[in-house]
Amino acid sequence: MSRGVRRLVPVLGLVPFLGYLTIFLLIPTVSVVVGAFVEKDRASLSNIRALGDEVVLRTLWRSIELSAESAIIGAVLGALLAYAVVTGRPDGTLRRSVTSACGVLAQFGGVTLAFAFIATLGFSGVVTEAGRDVLGVDLFGSGWLFGLKGLTLVYTYFQIPLMVIVFLPSLDGMRSQWREAAESLGASTWQFWRYVAGPLLLPAFLGSTLLLFANAFAAYATAAALVSQGSPILPLLIRNALTSEIVLGQSHLAFALALDMIVVVVVVMTMYALLLRRTSRWLR
Amino acid sequence: MTTARVRAHRRLQAFRVVVLTVLGLFFLVPLGSMAAYSVRVPAGGRTLDFWRQLGQDPDLRGAIVTSLELSLLTVVLMLVLLVPTMVWVRLRVPGMSRIVEFLCLLPLTIPAIVLVVGLKGVYAWVTYFLGDSSLTLTFAYVVLVLPYAYRSIDAGLASIDVVTLSEAARGLGAGWFTVITRIIVPNIGAALLSAAFISVALVLGEFTLASLLSYTNLQVVINLLGKSDSQTSVAASLASLVFAFVLLILLSLVGRRRGARRTAPALDLMAPPVAKEG
Repeated sequence: MSRGVRRLVPVLGLVPFLGYLTIFLLIPTVSVVVGAFVEKDRASLSNIRALGDEVVLRTLWRSIELSAESAIIGAVLGALLAYAVVTGRPDGTLRRSVTSACGVLAQFGGVTLAFAFIATLGFSGVVTEAGRDVLGVDLFGSGWLFGLKGLTLVYTYFQIPLMVIVFLPSLDGMRSQWREAAESLGASTWQFWRYVAGPLLLPAFLGSTLLLFANAFAAYATAAALVSQGSPILPLLIRNALTSEIVLGQSHLAFALALDMIVVVVVVMTMYALLLRRTSRWLR
Repeated sequence: MTTARVRAHRRLQAFRVVVLTVLGLFFLVPLGSMAAYSVRVPAGGRTLDFWRQLGQDPDLRGAIVTSLELSLLTVVLMLVLLVPTMVWVRLRVPGMSRIVEFLCLLPLTIPAIVLVVGLKGVYAWVTYFLGDSSLTLTFAYVVLVLPYAYRSIDAGLASIDVVTLSEAARGLGAGWFTVITRIIVPNIGAALLSAAFISVALVLGEFTLASLLSYTNLQVVINLLGKSDSQTSVAASLASLVFAFVLLILLSLVGRRRGARRTAPALDLMAPPVAKEG
Protein backbone atom coordinates (compact mmCIF):
# COMPACT_ATOMS: atom_id res chain seq x y z
CA MET A 1 0.00 0.00 0.00
CA SER A 2 2.55 2.57 1.13
CA ARG A 3 4.94 1.50 -1.60
CA GLY A 4 2.21 2.01 -4.16
CA VAL A 5 1.63 5.49 -2.79
CA ARG A 6 5.31 6.27 -2.95
CA ARG A 7 5.43 5.16 -6.54
CA LEU A 8 2.53 7.49 -7.26
CA VAL A 9 4.24 10.57 -5.84
CA PRO A 10 6.33 11.39 -8.94
CA VAL A 11 3.19 11.24 -11.07
CA LEU A 12 1.65 13.88 -8.80
CA GLY A 13 4.17 16.34 -10.25
CA LEU A 14 2.18 16.19 -13.47
CA VAL A 15 -1.10 17.13 -11.83
CA PRO A 16 -0.98 20.88 -12.66
CA PHE A 17 -0.20 20.18 -16.31
CA LEU A 18 -2.74 17.40 -16.69
CA GLY A 19 -5.37 19.38 -14.79
CA TYR A 20 -4.86 22.40 -17.00
CA LEU A 21 -5.10 20.41 -20.20
CA THR A 22 -8.14 18.57 -18.91
CA ILE A 23 -9.99 21.84 -18.42
CA PHE A 24 -8.87 23.70 -21.52
CA LEU A 25 -8.27 20.93 -24.05
CA LEU A 26 -9.89 17.63 -23.13
CA ILE A 27 -13.19 18.89 -21.71
CA PRO A 28 -13.79 21.18 -24.72
CA THR A 29 -12.99 18.37 -27.14
CA VAL A 30 -15.13 15.81 -25.33
CA SER A 31 -17.96 18.31 -24.94
CA VAL A 32 -17.99 18.80 -28.71
CA VAL A 33 -18.47 15.08 -29.23
CA VAL A 34 -21.04 14.76 -26.44
CA GLY A 35 -22.80 18.00 -27.37
CA ALA A 36 -23.41 16.72 -30.87
CA PHE A 37 -25.74 14.12 -29.38
CA VAL A 38 -27.68 16.54 -27.17
CA GLU A 39 -30.61 18.78 -28.07
CA LYS A 40 -32.63 20.80 -25.57
CA ASP A 41 -30.73 19.18 -22.67
CA ARG A 42 -31.67 15.69 -23.77
CA ALA A 43 -29.86 12.94 -25.59
CA SER A 44 -30.93 13.24 -29.18
CA LEU A 45 -29.83 12.33 -32.66
CA SER A 46 -31.55 15.31 -34.25
CA ASN A 47 -28.29 17.27 -34.64
CA ILE A 48 -26.56 14.32 -36.24
CA ARG A 49 -29.54 13.90 -38.51
CA ALA A 50 -29.27 17.59 -39.42
CA LEU A 51 -25.81 16.85 -40.81
CA GLY A 52 -27.59 15.05 -43.64
CA ASP A 53 -29.45 18.24 -44.50
CA GLU A 54 -28.84 19.41 -48.02
CA VAL A 55 -27.42 22.76 -46.90
CA VAL A 56 -24.88 21.11 -44.60
CA LEU A 57 -23.86 18.50 -47.17
CA ARG A 58 -23.37 21.13 -49.84
CA THR A 59 -21.30 23.26 -47.48
CA LEU A 60 -19.20 20.26 -46.46
CA TRP A 61 -18.62 19.42 -50.10
CA ARG A 62 -17.54 22.99 -50.90
CA SER A 63 -15.14 22.89 -47.94
CA ILE A 64 -13.63 19.67 -49.23
CA GLU A 65 -13.41 21.09 -52.74
CA LEU A 66 -11.70 24.27 -51.53
CA SER A 67 -9.26 22.34 -49.33
CA ALA A 68 -8.44 19.84 -52.08
CA GLU A 69 -7.94 22.51 -54.73
CA SER A 70 -5.72 24.70 -52.57
CA ALA A 71 -3.84 21.61 -51.32
CA ILE A 72 -3.13 20.31 -54.83
CA ILE A 73 -2.12 23.71 -56.22
CA GLY A 74 -0.03 24.39 -53.13
CA ALA A 75 1.57 20.94 -53.25
CA VAL A 76 2.55 21.16 -56.92
CA LEU A 77 3.89 24.71 -56.77
CA GLY A 78 5.51 24.09 -53.38
CA ALA A 79 7.22 20.95 -54.68
CA LEU A 80 8.54 22.88 -57.69
CA LEU A 81 9.84 25.62 -55.41
CA ALA A 82 11.41 23.06 -53.09
CA TYR A 83 13.10 21.41 -56.07
CA ALA A 84 14.39 24.77 -57.31
CA VAL A 85 15.87 25.32 -53.87
CA VAL A 86 17.29 21.83 -53.43
CA THR A 87 19.17 21.96 -56.73
CA GLY A 88 21.02 25.03 -55.52
CA ARG A 89 23.92 24.99 -53.11
CA PRO A 90 22.94 23.30 -49.81
CA ASP A 91 24.43 26.09 -47.68
CA GLY A 92 23.75 28.94 -50.11
CA THR A 93 21.99 32.21 -49.32
CA LEU A 94 19.11 31.31 -51.61
CA ARG A 95 18.26 28.17 -49.72
CA ARG A 96 18.56 29.83 -46.34
CA SER A 97 16.43 32.83 -47.26
CA VAL A 98 13.75 30.73 -48.99
CA THR A 99 13.44 28.33 -46.07
CA SER A 100 13.20 31.06 -43.46
CA ALA A 101 10.77 33.03 -45.62
CA CYS A 102 8.65 29.88 -45.93
CA GLY A 103 8.77 29.33 -42.18
CA VAL A 104 7.39 32.82 -41.71
CA LEU A 105 4.85 32.79 -44.54
CA ALA A 106 3.39 29.41 -43.59
CA GLN A 107 2.31 31.05 -40.30
CA PHE A 108 0.82 33.99 -42.18
CA GLY A 109 -2.92 33.73 -42.31
CA GLY A 110 -6.09 35.12 -40.90
CA VAL A 111 -7.28 38.70 -41.02
CA THR A 112 -3.99 40.18 -42.17
CA LEU A 113 -3.72 37.78 -45.11
CA ALA A 114 -7.29 38.50 -46.17
CA PHE A 115 -6.57 42.23 -46.04
CA ALA A 116 -3.36 41.79 -48.01
CA PHE A 117 -5.39 40.33 -50.86
CA ILE A 118 -8.12 42.94 -50.53
CA ALA A 119 -5.41 45.59 -50.86
CA THR A 120 -4.13 43.74 -53.93
CA LEU A 121 -7.15 42.43 -55.81
CA GLY A 122 -10.10 44.00 -54.01
CA PHE A 123 -12.36 46.54 -55.75
CA SER A 124 -9.85 49.36 -55.22
CA GLY A 125 -6.83 47.09 -54.79
CA VAL A 126 -3.47 48.22 -56.10
CA VAL A 127 -3.22 45.51 -58.77
CA THR A 128 -6.90 45.86 -59.72
CA GLU A 129 -6.47 49.59 -60.31
CA ALA A 130 -3.24 49.09 -62.20
CA GLY A 131 -5.05 46.55 -64.39
CA ARG A 132 -7.87 49.02 -64.98
CA ASP A 133 -5.63 52.01 -65.74
CA VAL A 134 -2.77 50.39 -67.61
CA LEU A 135 -4.23 47.35 -69.34
CA GLY A 136 -7.89 48.22 -69.35
CA VAL A 137 -8.70 44.84 -67.78
CA ASP A 138 -11.22 44.42 -64.98
CA LEU A 139 -9.51 42.00 -62.61
CA PHE A 140 -12.14 42.47 -59.91
CA GLY A 141 -14.92 41.06 -62.07
CA SER A 142 -18.03 40.40 -60.04
CA GLY A 143 -16.11 40.04 -56.79
CA TRP A 144 -14.63 36.55 -57.30
CA LEU A 145 -12.07 37.34 -54.59
CA PHE A 146 -14.78 37.07 -51.95
CA GLY A 147 -16.02 33.69 -53.14
CA LEU A 148 -14.57 30.19 -53.27
CA LYS A 149 -12.15 31.03 -56.10
CA GLY A 150 -10.77 33.90 -54.05
CA LEU A 151 -10.40 31.68 -51.00
CA THR A 152 -8.51 29.12 -53.08
CA LEU A 153 -6.09 31.78 -54.27
CA VAL A 154 -5.61 33.27 -50.80
CA TYR A 155 -5.12 29.87 -49.16
CA THR A 156 -2.45 29.05 -51.74
CA TYR A 157 -0.43 31.84 -50.18
CA PHE A 158 0.17 29.84 -47.00
CA GLN A 159 -0.07 26.39 -48.60
CA ILE A 160 2.99 26.78 -50.87
CA PRO A 161 5.38 27.71 -48.02
CA LEU A 162 4.01 24.90 -45.85
CA MET A 163 4.62 22.46 -48.70
CA VAL A 164 8.21 23.65 -49.03
CA ILE A 165 8.77 23.08 -45.31
CA VAL A 166 7.31 19.58 -45.19
CA PHE A 167 8.54 18.37 -48.59
CA LEU A 168 12.09 19.71 -48.56
CA PRO A 169 13.45 16.99 -46.23
CA SER A 170 12.22 14.28 -48.62
CA LEU A 171 13.95 15.94 -51.58
CA ASP A 172 17.07 16.26 -49.45
CA GLY A 173 16.88 12.51 -48.82
CA MET A 174 17.37 11.77 -52.51
CA ARG A 175 20.89 10.55 -53.14
CA SER A 176 22.80 11.78 -56.16
CA GLN A 177 24.11 8.20 -56.46
CA TRP A 178 20.62 7.06 -57.46
CA ARG A 179 20.68 9.44 -60.38
CA GLU A 180 24.21 8.36 -61.35
CA ALA A 181 23.28 4.70 -61.06
CA ALA A 182 20.23 5.23 -63.26
CA GLU A 183 22.27 7.20 -65.80
CA SER A 184 25.01 4.63 -65.98
CA LEU A 185 22.35 2.05 -66.74
CA GLY A 186 21.26 4.25 -69.63
CA ALA A 187 18.16 5.89 -68.15
CA SER A 188 16.99 9.19 -69.59
CA THR A 189 15.91 12.06 -67.34
CA TRP A 190 12.29 11.15 -67.95
CA GLN A 191 12.94 7.50 -67.12
CA PHE A 192 14.76 8.46 -63.95
CA TRP A 193 11.81 10.53 -62.74
CA ARG A 194 9.23 8.01 -63.92
CA TYR A 195 10.81 4.85 -62.49
CA VAL A 196 13.12 5.95 -59.65
CA ALA A 197 12.53 9.39 -58.17
CA GLY A 198 8.78 9.56 -58.82
CA PRO A 199 7.82 6.33 -57.04
CA LEU A 200 10.18 7.16 -54.17
CA LEU A 201 8.83 10.66 -53.67
CA LEU A 202 5.18 9.87 -54.31
CA PRO A 203 4.25 8.80 -50.75
CA ALA A 204 5.95 11.89 -49.30
CA PHE A 205 4.22 14.09 -51.88
CA LEU A 206 0.80 12.60 -51.19
CA GLY A 207 1.36 12.78 -47.44
CA SER A 208 2.32 16.44 -47.65
CA THR A 209 -0.73 17.09 -49.81
CA LEU A 210 -2.94 15.54 -47.13
CA LEU A 211 -1.34 17.75 -44.50
CA LEU A 212 -2.07 20.77 -46.68
CA PHE A 213 -5.63 19.57 -47.08
CA ALA A 214 -6.11 19.38 -43.31
CA ASN A 215 -4.48 22.78 -42.97
CA ALA A 216 -6.93 24.40 -45.40
CA PHE A 217 -9.90 22.47 -44.05
CA ALA A 218 -9.26 23.75 -40.52
CA ALA A 219 -8.60 27.36 -41.55
CA TYR A 220 -11.19 29.80 -40.30
CA ALA A 221 -9.84 33.30 -39.75
CA THR A 222 -8.86 34.04 -43.35
CA ALA A 223 -12.26 33.00 -44.65
CA ALA A 224 -14.07 34.83 -41.87
CA ALA A 225 -12.33 38.09 -42.71
CA LEU A 226 -12.76 37.68 -46.46
CA VAL A 227 -16.32 36.34 -46.65
CA SER A 228 -18.77 38.48 -44.73
CA GLN A 229 -21.94 37.27 -46.42
CA GLY A 230 -23.29 33.75 -46.26
CA SER A 231 -21.53 30.60 -45.11
CA PRO A 232 -20.03 28.90 -48.14
CA ILE A 233 -17.72 26.61 -46.13
CA LEU A 234 -18.06 24.52 -42.99
CA PRO A 235 -16.04 26.72 -40.58
CA LEU A 236 -18.22 29.68 -41.54
CA LEU A 237 -21.37 27.61 -41.06
CA ILE A 238 -20.10 26.88 -37.54
CA ARG A 239 -19.68 30.61 -37.00
CA ASN A 240 -23.24 31.08 -38.12
CA ALA A 241 -24.47 28.32 -35.80
CA LEU A 242 -22.51 29.78 -32.87
CA THR A 243 -23.61 33.37 -33.29
CA SER A 244 -27.28 32.80 -34.10
CA GLU A 245 -29.40 30.86 -31.65
CA ILE A 246 -30.98 28.37 -34.00
CA VAL A 247 -29.83 27.15 -37.40
CA LEU A 248 -31.82 24.56 -39.36
CA GLY A 249 -34.12 24.27 -36.33
CA GLN A 250 -31.29 23.03 -34.10
CA SER A 251 -29.70 24.83 -31.16
CA HIS A 252 -26.74 22.45 -30.91
CA LEU A 253 -25.88 22.31 -34.59
CA ALA A 254 -22.44 23.88 -33.99
CA PHE A 255 -21.43 20.80 -31.99
CA ALA A 256 -22.52 18.41 -34.71
CA LEU A 257 -20.76 20.48 -37.39
CA ALA A 258 -17.61 20.56 -35.26
CA LEU A 259 -17.83 16.79 -34.89
CA ASP A 260 -18.17 16.57 -38.66
CA MET A 261 -14.91 18.51 -38.98
CA ILE A 262 -13.16 16.32 -36.41
CA VAL A 263 -14.14 13.20 -38.36
CA VAL A 264 -12.75 14.58 -41.63
CA VAL A 265 -9.53 15.77 -39.99
CA VAL A 266 -9.00 12.45 -38.18
CA VAL A 267 -9.50 10.49 -41.41
CA VAL A 268 -7.07 12.75 -43.30
CA MET A 269 -4.45 12.72 -40.54
CA THR A 270 -4.63 8.92 -40.23
CA MET A 271 -3.96 8.58 -43.94
CA TYR A 272 -1.11 11.08 -43.50
CA ALA A 273 0.43 9.02 -40.68
CA LEU A 274 0.20 5.84 -42.77
CA LEU A 275 1.89 7.49 -45.74
CA LEU A 276 4.54 8.98 -43.50
CA ARG A 277 5.45 5.55 -42.21
CA ARG A 278 5.89 4.37 -45.79
CA THR A 279 8.04 7.36 -46.67
CA SER A 280 10.40 7.09 -43.74
CA ARG A 281 11.36 3.61 -44.85
CA TRP A 282 13.19 5.07 -47.87
CA LEU A 283 14.13 8.62 -47.20
CA ARG A 284 16.10 9.34 -44.11
CA MET B 1 27.38 13.01 -73.18
CA THR B 2 28.95 16.25 -72.01
CA THR B 3 26.85 18.40 -74.32
CA ALA B 4 23.77 16.59 -73.01
CA ARG B 5 24.96 17.36 -69.48
CA VAL B 6 25.47 21.02 -70.31
CA ARG B 7 22.06 21.22 -71.93
CA ALA B 8 20.42 19.52 -68.94
CA HIS B 9 22.20 21.89 -66.61
CA ARG B 10 21.08 24.91 -68.60
CA ARG B 11 17.51 23.64 -68.62
CA LEU B 12 17.64 23.19 -64.86
CA GLN B 13 18.92 26.73 -64.38
CA ALA B 14 16.15 28.12 -66.60
CA PHE B 15 13.58 26.13 -64.61
CA ARG B 16 14.92 27.49 -61.33
CA VAL B 17 14.89 31.09 -62.52
CA VAL B 18 11.31 30.81 -63.78
CA VAL B 19 10.00 29.13 -60.61
CA LEU B 20 11.76 31.52 -58.25
CA THR B 21 10.69 34.61 -60.20
CA VAL B 22 7.05 33.66 -60.63
CA LEU B 23 6.55 32.48 -57.05
CA GLY B 24 8.65 35.33 -55.72
CA LEU B 25 6.27 37.76 -57.41
CA PHE B 26 3.26 35.87 -56.08
CA PHE B 27 4.55 36.31 -52.54
CA LEU B 28 5.85 39.86 -52.84
CA VAL B 29 3.04 41.53 -54.78
CA PRO B 30 0.41 41.29 -51.99
CA LEU B 31 2.92 42.61 -49.45
CA GLY B 32 3.93 45.48 -51.72
CA SER B 33 0.26 46.19 -52.47
CA MET B 34 -0.47 46.47 -48.76
CA ALA B 35 2.29 49.03 -48.37
CA ALA B 36 1.11 51.00 -51.42
CA TYR B 37 -2.56 50.76 -50.41
CA SER B 38 -1.89 52.07 -46.90
CA VAL B 39 -0.25 55.31 -48.08
CA ARG B 40 -2.48 56.04 -51.07
CA VAL B 41 -4.59 59.17 -51.46
CA PRO B 42 -7.66 58.84 -53.74
CA ALA B 43 -6.85 62.08 -55.58
CA GLY B 44 -3.26 60.93 -56.16
CA GLY B 45 -0.10 61.29 -54.11
CA ARG B 46 0.84 59.68 -50.83
CA THR B 47 0.20 60.22 -47.15
CA LEU B 48 1.26 58.71 -43.84
CA ASP B 49 -2.02 59.74 -42.17
CA PHE B 50 -3.28 56.17 -41.95
CA TRP B 51 -0.08 55.06 -40.27
CA ARG B 52 -0.33 57.95 -37.81
CA GLN B 53 -3.86 56.76 -37.11
CA LEU B 54 -2.42 53.56 -35.64
CA GLY B 55 -1.18 55.40 -32.57
CA GLN B 56 -4.21 57.68 -32.35
CA ASP B 57 -7.28 55.54 -32.83
CA PRO B 58 -8.28 54.68 -29.22
CA ASP B 59 -9.81 51.28 -30.11
CA LEU B 60 -6.74 50.26 -32.01
CA ARG B 61 -4.39 51.43 -29.28
CA GLY B 62 -6.37 49.57 -26.66
CA ALA B 63 -6.33 46.44 -28.79
CA ILE B 64 -2.58 46.64 -29.37
CA VAL B 65 -2.05 46.88 -25.61
CA THR B 66 -4.45 43.98 -24.98
CA SER B 67 -2.69 41.77 -27.53
CA LEU B 68 0.74 42.58 -26.12
CA GLU B 69 -0.49 41.81 -22.59
CA LEU B 70 -2.03 38.58 -23.85
CA SER B 71 1.23 37.50 -25.46
CA LEU B 72 3.19 38.27 -22.30
CA LEU B 73 0.73 36.37 -20.07
CA THR B 74 0.61 33.46 -22.50
CA VAL B 75 4.39 33.16 -22.59
CA VAL B 76 4.66 33.27 -18.78
CA LEU B 77 1.89 30.75 -18.17
CA MET B 78 3.18 28.49 -20.95
CA LEU B 79 6.70 28.46 -19.47
CA VAL B 80 5.48 27.94 -15.90
CA LEU B 81 3.29 25.07 -16.99
CA LEU B 82 5.54 23.41 -19.53
CA VAL B 83 9.14 23.69 -18.30
CA PRO B 84 8.74 22.08 -14.84
CA THR B 85 6.47 19.41 -16.31
CA MET B 86 8.85 18.48 -19.11
CA VAL B 87 11.88 18.44 -16.79
CA TRP B 88 9.94 16.36 -14.28
CA VAL B 89 8.92 13.87 -16.96
CA ARG B 90 12.53 13.41 -18.06
CA LEU B 91 13.81 12.97 -14.53
CA ARG B 92 11.16 11.09 -12.60
CA VAL B 93 8.40 9.72 -14.83
CA PRO B 94 9.90 8.98 -18.26
CA GLY B 95 7.09 6.47 -18.78
CA MET B 96 4.68 9.39 -19.13
CA SER B 97 6.66 11.12 -21.86
CA ARG B 98 4.55 9.68 -24.70
CA ILE B 99 1.32 10.81 -23.06
CA VAL B 100 2.67 14.31 -22.41
CA GLU B 101 3.91 14.54 -25.99
CA PHE B 102 0.58 13.34 -27.33
CA LEU B 103 -1.33 15.90 -25.26
CA CYS B 104 1.01 18.71 -26.27
CA LEU B 105 0.73 17.94 -29.97
CA LEU B 106 -3.02 17.29 -29.85
CA PRO B 107 -3.99 20.95 -30.50
CA LEU B 108 -2.33 20.64 -33.93
CA THR B 109 -5.02 18.23 -35.05
CA ILE B 110 -7.99 19.99 -33.47
CA PRO B 111 -9.00 22.99 -35.59
CA ALA B 112 -9.40 26.20 -33.58
CA ILE B 113 -12.93 26.53 -34.90
CA VAL B 114 -13.75 23.14 -33.34
CA LEU B 115 -12.01 23.97 -30.07
CA VAL B 116 -13.97 27.19 -29.76
CA VAL B 117 -17.28 25.30 -29.85
CA GLY B 118 -16.21 23.27 -26.83
CA LEU B 119 -14.52 26.20 -25.10
CA LYS B 120 -17.75 28.22 -24.99
CA GLY B 121 -18.98 26.15 -22.04
CA VAL B 122 -15.62 26.30 -20.24
CA TYR B 123 -15.47 30.06 -20.72
CA ALA B 124 -18.88 30.49 -19.13
CA TRP B 125 -17.17 29.26 -15.94
CA VAL B 126 -14.00 31.29 -16.52
CA THR B 127 -16.14 34.43 -16.82
CA TYR B 128 -18.06 33.44 -13.69
CA PHE B 129 -14.86 33.14 -11.63
CA LEU B 130 -12.56 35.73 -13.21
CA GLY B 131 -14.81 38.25 -14.94
CA ASP B 132 -15.05 38.80 -18.67
CA SER B 133 -11.73 40.51 -19.33
CA SER B 134 -10.18 39.78 -22.72
CA LEU B 135 -7.06 38.73 -20.85
CA THR B 136 -8.77 35.49 -19.83
CA LEU B 137 -8.09 34.39 -23.41
CA THR B 138 -4.63 33.56 -22.07
CA PHE B 139 -5.90 30.17 -20.89
CA ALA B 140 -6.99 29.13 -24.37
CA TYR B 141 -3.91 30.65 -26.01
CA VAL B 142 -1.59 28.53 -23.89
CA VAL B 143 -3.30 25.49 -25.43
CA LEU B 144 -2.91 26.94 -28.94
CA VAL B 145 0.84 27.57 -28.61
CA LEU B 146 1.49 24.30 -26.77
CA PRO B 147 2.63 22.18 -29.77
CA TYR B 148 5.13 24.77 -30.98
CA ALA B 149 6.45 25.57 -27.51
CA TYR B 150 6.68 21.86 -26.69
CA ARG B 151 8.75 21.15 -29.78
CA SER B 152 11.34 23.83 -29.16
CA ILE B 153 11.65 23.14 -25.42
CA ASP B 154 11.89 19.41 -26.13
CA ALA B 155 14.72 20.07 -28.60
CA GLY B 156 16.43 22.22 -25.98
CA LEU B 157 16.16 19.58 -23.28
CA ALA B 158 17.38 16.89 -25.66
CA SER B 159 20.54 18.89 -26.31
CA ILE B 160 21.63 18.85 -22.65
CA ASP B 161 22.06 15.98 -20.23
CA VAL B 162 19.18 16.79 -17.88
CA VAL B 163 19.66 13.73 -15.68
CA THR B 164 23.38 14.24 -14.99
CA LEU B 165 23.00 17.97 -14.48
CA SER B 166 20.18 17.63 -12.00
CA GLU B 167 21.79 14.71 -10.16
CA ALA B 168 24.95 16.77 -9.76
CA ALA B 169 22.91 19.69 -8.42
CA ARG B 170 20.83 17.47 -6.15
CA GLY B 171 24.02 15.84 -4.84
CA LEU B 172 25.26 19.29 -3.90
CA GLY B 173 22.06 19.89 -1.95
CA ALA B 174 19.91 21.82 -4.41
CA GLY B 175 16.14 21.46 -4.21
CA TRP B 176 13.94 20.82 -7.24
CA PHE B 177 13.06 24.49 -7.59
CA THR B 178 16.75 25.43 -7.69
CA VAL B 179 17.48 22.64 -10.17
CA ILE B 180 14.88 23.96 -12.59
CA THR B 181 15.47 27.69 -12.21
CA ARG B 182 19.25 27.78 -11.76
CA ILE B 183 20.49 24.70 -13.60
CA ILE B 184 18.08 23.67 -16.37
CA VAL B 185 16.63 27.02 -17.46
CA PRO B 186 19.98 28.80 -18.01
CA ASN B 187 21.12 25.87 -20.12
CA ILE B 188 18.12 25.89 -22.46
CA GLY B 189 17.83 29.66 -22.77
CA ALA B 190 17.81 29.63 -26.56
CA ALA B 191 15.05 27.02 -26.68
CA LEU B 192 12.92 28.98 -24.21
CA LEU B 193 13.47 32.12 -26.23
CA SER B 194 12.33 30.47 -29.43
CA ALA B 195 9.29 28.99 -27.64
CA ALA B 196 8.47 32.51 -26.42
CA PHE B 197 8.91 34.09 -29.85
CA ILE B 198 6.67 31.66 -31.66
CA SER B 199 4.05 32.04 -28.92
CA VAL B 200 4.07 35.83 -29.22
CA ALA B 201 3.80 35.61 -33.01
CA LEU B 202 0.83 33.24 -32.76
CA VAL B 203 -0.99 35.25 -30.09
CA LEU B 204 -0.59 38.53 -31.99
CA GLY B 205 -2.15 36.92 -35.06
CA GLU B 206 -4.95 35.10 -33.27
CA PHE B 207 -8.47 35.84 -34.43
CA THR B 208 -10.68 32.74 -34.28
CA LEU B 209 -10.96 32.22 -30.52
CA ALA B 210 -11.09 35.92 -29.67
CA SER B 211 -13.83 36.79 -32.12
CA LEU B 212 -16.03 33.75 -31.48
CA LEU B 213 -15.70 33.95 -27.69
CA SER B 214 -16.66 37.65 -28.10
CA TYR B 215 -13.44 39.13 -26.79
CA THR B 216 -11.42 41.96 -28.25
CA ASN B 217 -7.84 41.66 -29.43
CA LEU B 218 -5.76 43.25 -32.15
CA GLN B 219 -7.03 41.08 -34.99
CA VAL B 220 -10.67 41.50 -33.98
CA VAL B 221 -10.29 45.29 -34.02
CA ILE B 222 -8.40 45.24 -37.33
CA ASN B 223 -11.19 43.18 -38.81
CA LEU B 224 -13.86 45.59 -37.54
CA LEU B 225 -11.85 48.55 -38.77
CA GLY B 226 -11.71 46.98 -42.22
CA LYS B 227 -15.41 47.72 -42.63
CA SER B 228 -15.16 51.44 -41.85
CA ASP B 229 -11.60 52.53 -42.62
CA SER B 230 -9.93 50.02 -44.89
CA GLN B 231 -6.68 51.94 -45.35
CA THR B 232 -5.96 52.22 -41.62
CA SER B 233 -6.85 48.55 -41.21
CA VAL B 234 -4.40 47.61 -43.97
CA ALA B 235 -1.73 49.75 -42.31
CA ALA B 236 -2.42 47.98 -39.01
CA SER B 237 -2.33 44.58 -40.74
CA LEU B 238 0.99 45.38 -42.34
CA ALA B 239 2.40 46.66 -39.04
CA SER B 240 1.36 43.56 -37.11
CA LEU B 241 2.65 41.41 -39.94
CA VAL B 242 6.06 43.07 -40.01
CA PHE B 243 6.29 42.71 -36.25
CA ALA B 244 5.50 38.99 -36.46
CA PHE B 245 7.94 38.55 -39.37
CA VAL B 246 10.72 40.17 -37.35
CA LEU B 247 9.95 37.90 -34.39
CA LEU B 248 9.95 34.78 -36.54
CA ILE B 249 13.17 35.74 -38.33
CA LEU B 250 14.82 36.35 -34.95
CA LEU B 251 13.49 32.93 -34.03
CA SER B 252 15.27 31.28 -36.94
CA LEU B 253 18.50 33.08 -35.95
CA VAL B 254 18.17 31.84 -32.37
CA GLY B 255 17.55 28.35 -33.70
CA ARG B 256 20.69 28.48 -35.79
CA ARG B 257 22.82 29.65 -32.90
CA ARG B 258 21.62 26.84 -30.68
CA GLY B 259 24.28 24.53 -32.12
CA ALA B 260 27.02 26.89 -31.01
CA ARG B 261 25.41 27.33 -27.63
CA ARG B 262 25.57 23.62 -26.90
CA THR B 263 29.35 23.46 -26.77
CA ALA B 264 29.56 26.40 -24.37
CA PRO B 265 32.43 25.76 -21.93
CA ALA B 266 30.19 25.81 -18.86
CA LEU B 267 28.39 22.81 -20.26
CA ASP B 268 31.48 20.92 -21.30
CA LEU B 269 32.76 20.91 -17.75
CA MET B 270 29.67 19.27 -16.36
CA ALA B 271 28.60 16.85 -19.02
CA PRO B 272 29.81 15.60 -22.35
CA PRO B 273 28.00 17.38 -25.17
CA VAL B 274 25.10 15.28 -26.30
CA ALA B 275 24.77 14.97 -30.04
CA LYS B 276 21.09 14.13 -30.06
CA GLU B 277 18.92 16.87 -31.46
CA GLY B 278 15.15 16.69 -31.19
